[in-house]
Amino acid sequence: MGTQNKGEKSDVLLEMRGIVIDGYSDDKWHPIIKGANLILKRGEVMGIIGESGAGKSTLGLASMGFSRPGCKIHGGTINFDGIDLIAATEARRRQLRGSRIAYVAQSAAASFNPAHRLIDQTIETCINHGISSKEEARSNAKKLFADLQLTQPNTIGDRYPHQVSGGQLQRIMTAMAMASRPDLIIFDEPTTALDVTTQVEVLASIRLIVEKYNTAAIYITHDLAVVAQMADVIKVLRYGETVENADTRTMLSDPKKEYTKSLWSVRSIEKEEIVSQDIILKIDSVDASYGGGIKVLDNVSIDIQRGQTIAIVGESGSGKSTIARVITGLLPQSRGNVLFNGKPLPPMLKDRSVEELKKIQMIYQSPDTAMNPRHTVRDVIGRPLEFYLGLKGKILDDRLVELLNLIELDESFIDRLPTEMSGGQKQRICIARALAAEPEAIICDEVTSSLDQIVQKDILSLLLNLQKKIGISYIFITHDIATVKAISDQIVVMFQGKVIEQGMKSEILSPPFKDYTNLLLSSVPEVNPDWLTGLLKQRRGKSNLNV
Amino acid sequence: MSSTDQSYSAAKEVSQIKSRRTLSENIWHGLKTAPPTAIFGLIVIILYLTIAIFASFLAPYGEAEIFDMAYAPWGDEFLFGTDQLGRDILSRLIYGARNTIGIAVTTTFLSFLIGCSLGITAAISQNWLDHLLSRSIDVLMAIPSLIFALMLLSIFGSKAINIIFIIAVLDSTRVFRITRAIALNVVVMDYVEVAKLRGEGLGWIMRKEILPNIMSPLVAEFGLRFCFVFLTIAALSFLGVGIQPPTADWGSMVRETAGLIQFAKYDITAALTPMLPAAAIALITVSVNFVVDWFLHKSSSLKD
Repeated sequence: MGTQNKGEKSDVLLEMRGIVIDGYSDDKWHPIIKGANLILKRGEVMGIIGESGAGKSTLGLASMGFSRPGCKIHGGTINFDGIDLIAATEARRRQLRGSRIAYVAQSAAASFNPAHRLIDQTIETCINHGISSKEEARSNAKKLFADLQLTQPNTIGDRYPHQVSGGQLQRIMTAMAMASRPDLIIFDEPTTALDVTTQVEVLASIRLIVEKYNTAAIYITHDLAVVAQMADVIKVLRYGETVENADTRTMLSDPKKEYTKSLWSVRSIEKEEIVSQDIILKIDSVDASYGGGIKVLDNVSIDIQRGQTIAIVGESGSGKSTIARVITGLLPQSRGNVLFNGKPLPPMLKDRSVEELKKIQMIYQSPDTAMNPRHTVRDVIGRPLEFYLGLKGKILDDRLVELLNLIELDESFIDRLPTEMSGGQKQRICIARALAAEPEAIICDEVTSSLDQIVQKDILSLLLNLQKKIGISYIFITHDIATVKAISDQIVVMFQGKVIEQGMKSEILSPPFKDYTNLLLSSVPEVNPDWLTGLLKQRRGKSNLNV
Repeated sequence: MSSTDQSYSAAKEVSQIKSRRTLSENIWHGLKTAPPTAIFGLIVIILYLTIAIFASFLAPYGEAEIFDMAYAPWGDEFLFGTDQLGRDILSRLIYGARNTIGIAVTTTFLSFLIGCSLGITAAISQNWLDHLLSRSIDVLMAIPSLIFALMLLSIFGSKAINIIFIIAVLDSTRVFRITRAIALNVVVMDYVEVAKLRGEGLGWIMRKEILPNIMSPLVAEFGLRFCFVFLTIAALSFLGVGIQPPTADWGSMVRETAGLIQFAKYDITAALTPMLPAAAIALITVSVNFVVDWFLHKSSSLKD
């Protein structure tokens, strides 16, 4: 797509004016979308970007004349190619959905029926809407699979959803949406759940096919770098209102509003490398496996220095989370040692003393599951204070407030339940819970990946500030290279259970790169509309040379 | 994030904060939105409980008081007549509420105590202990529970305490199954892992981390199991091995007066006499089920 060659498009496909959508909760209607306008031309790709709760998905669905249960379109007009979607009957709208407007959801795995073959699900809408016969639809689907650069396009459709990878599934879902040659496709965060290396492939194939069939698309994401690759125009949403609306290049080079600028500046954390020789945690030639099967960790040795941040990177399945489980004792290693302050830690969790448990704390990826939904902040942070330090009554309360202030929250949070806080606030509480134990090392397992970009940056700078104040060591497990660049002193690159590369950030992130590290680094989207095109050209060139 | 109006503060971040309701507001809100069937059920349950608690004030005669008028017809002196020994049916119905409901509630509580603690323990441990418990429970469940109960009662004797223990143990197998199943969903949550990593003991994890999160399905299950226990006790009494005379009990009352049905063509009220305790059992069972349905609907995410 890019922004070139868009001169001839003028025919307006979708026009939404003054859309007001209300959501029902707590016996009241609350506005989710407050009078948004959206104009999409035929063949144009619009990126909608914003933090969670901004109303991106709600607006996206509204363009199909649809609102989720508990939501209601209250006002405004939706005009799709001359059809008034609000005035139209439900039957008429159903006719359009799937045939002329299609939807691609975030989680492909949850959207496929595991009991049916992929190709039958791909062509289902076509047949139900009577667009084409079964044979036609099948050969069309195979052609689309090929267009989407799926390997073995003729046979992949005969598989079941669990027999293909997440990236393939997401592409088949795109094929499903494309099957009826719709005029408009709504992509709702289609690559958010994928690894960086897979994301690139899916992005490239989506872009290719949308371009080929000149389909208009609404691309919803919170990732600015992704939207820069995909969209012709970008719309920034916040609290249900349009903040800014411009074509991609203008938006990237010259954002007008402060909020937009703040979105752009997210990846700006810098950290000076801390050099330290005092080894706090030493993982010494460790093997580990689940139930005695394949080795998930194969001869892994990592040294972690006091007061440093060490980042363990790799795609999913590389064994990075397993390292955390070995360190904490949840998964006893089958060979090797974990030494903490020079002394070996017992492999089994139940053999460790309270003092040993206290020194290593963990922060989880998803604050929603890491906090008991029935416990208030007082219970969550207070328990380690009581358990490890034996604090009670007034002293405990004082320490609670102190910890809350440390994580930039105030006393009013003390009696809140997890459901009464936002994702970022919850993650802060989890950080406070780890700090309450007064640990020497904290394992951070993908702590920012479930958060919005703006909140991510905030959590990361909080962690860095805390490190400066308390001198704590972090073991940062992540697949996000941007995070690694922002916070680490040392980097460990993992692939299939082995350590590929290990060293200071400045060494790893500067050339010459090892092959895998290079692949990982180059797959991270940049906020530059030409990045994907350039990368694909470069990679294709390389593979040509190899042949 | 340099500007002042956009500057970010975690504390001020807009989150979907709901004003939390107090407990009484919550109950009131729940009652307002309750379906009529649930309201009906609640009223009946409250009525039964009142009768059970104030039985000695409400009953016109004593529980085992014998008059020299066996099989007296319905009338002013004995509203629902008397039974084969000349005991007032109405008084025995009222005392029966206390005995039958009391024993059923105690039994259900006991079976939940056993079933829940074993179920959660099995879910947390997930090792040989889980296997041992689950397989033993399977063995118990393989024998039809009514026959098993009859057998055990004839071994140990039909004292109220024996009835309570035997039915509680047999019924706890079902409670174990459901508790283990729902606790397994909670055990895999990160917050349980956090508690384990903190070094918390089994008891703390069970009570503080898991139990509060599986409470609502358990409460619904409690109502359902109460009905089954109630019916089992009535059935056992009907068969003659349940609550023993002279203690009044609805199940044995049905048995004792069952013969009156054949006099229906002479006196319809006589035939209705055995129906009264049966209707009392049916009414409480249906009412509890109404309330349970409402609870299940509220606790599950299946809404409209």
